Amino acid sequence: MSAPAAAPERRDRALAEALVRYVLRLADTSLVLGQRLGEWIGHAPALEEDLGLANLALDLVGQARLLLTYAGEVEGKGRDEDALAYLRDAPEFLNLTLAEQPNGDFAHTIVRQWLIDAWQLEVYEGLGGSTDTRLAAIAAKAVKETRYHYRFSSGWLVRLGDGTAESQARAQQALDSQWRFTEELFTPDEIDERMAAAGIAPLPAAAAARWRRRVDEDLRQATLVRPAAQPHPWHGRRGVHSEHLGHMLAEMQHLQRTYPGVSW
Amino acid sequence: MRATGLGVTADTGGAQTAAERAVWRLLARVPDPEIPVLSIVDLGIVRYVRRAADRALHVGITPTYSGCPATAAIRTATRAALDEAGFGDALLEEVLSPPWSSDWITPEGRAKLEAFGIAPPAPAAGALRGTAAPVRCPRCGSLSVARISEFGSTPCKAHYVCSACREPFDHFKCI
Repeated sequence: MSAPAAAPERRDRALAEALVRYVLRLADTSLVLGQRLGEWIGHAPALEEDLGLANLALDLVGQARLLLTYAGEVEGKGRDEDALAYLRDAPEFLNLTLAEQPNGDFAHTIVRQWLIDAWQLEVYEGLGGSTDTRLAAIAAKAVKETRYHYRFSSGWLVRLGDGTAESQARAQQALDSQWRFTEELFTPDEIDERMAAAGIAPLPAAAAARWRRRVDEDLRQATLVRPAAQPHPWHGRRGVHSEHLGHMLAEMQHLQRTYPGVSW
Repeated sequence: MRATGLGVTADTGGAQTAAERAVWRLLARVPDPEIPVLSIVDLGIVRYVRRAADRALHVGITPTYSGCPATAAIRTATRAALDEAGFGDALLEEVLSPPWSSDWITPEGRAKLEAFGIAPPAPAAGALRGTAAPVRCPRCGSLSVARISEFGSTPCKAHYVCSACREPFDHFKCI
């Protein structure tokens, strides 16, 4: 099966390397979050939520596959989606630190999901006008799925927050403990600047403002309180992770590491 | 083939050659692995069949959901159908853009879904809150239905129950 050619055709090497890292950040955030959600299968509070979280996981892993395949092609070293997913160690993963945080209780999972869904909405919509037609096509597909992910997570956020005293306390606690990872979502670095200069992805400032408005509106409906800003140097996007990613990868990659090249 | 007119129709390329028409007919008999009453043409997965300037026959198919596990099975079944019918040199291409929409399910496909007990999708609105058009029970026709879960047995279906006949049913998600 042939895939569409990468665009733009003539990329200088530095730009191509930056593009690989940019795409891996998106891919790894989806992959790691999808793997986390998969841990809920058979454990969610109700069958419907079990199915819901599994469905979100499936979409996220599907998006990760499209993105990893593309990153491997641009990289040009013969690494396919499986090599990138199963044979890289934690420092080579470039996901948001928030995505790798443990599931905690259902409220923790919902708050993490909602924060990232709202982030992905902005990122994927922003890529709609990308000069990179392959990335634009993947984003156009992913954003449709992200819309109902967000519908699911924001709906639960409001139900938990504006629910019982117990559910509200747990939702607020989940927000308080994970808010410190949100600073990383929209802080631009040299990769973002290079993408913006090439017209591949817009700088995150405008998206950050929209994300904040959306988050504040949802929190108002959920009767939850946004925690104070907590600047903290989390750098999952640069491969510097919290202690949780390594443990997660040990489980996710176990089969391929133990039996290299094994297939069903 | 025409899609519903709600979205982008599949490209039939105007006047078709006999080979192109034969491939369309052939693919209209390839069932979706998860909803086998529908063919991949009913679902709007087949985007084009055309003899290009390179004289090769190009067949474009698009995945429904990014993570749909049926995608690989559909690719395999499409390849096998082409090979068996003597179109072994046809090129099977994956099309990502524009992204698949439930609006591309044909009127025939919608009728087949409803007869099978799955409420067909309403026009995709992409709303971030609430639900779009009313859903009709595929068994008794009542509009008095309740959504149990936005997520059902496959990525493309939501779970509903009818308040009139009390039967649970699947609703094809609008995306």
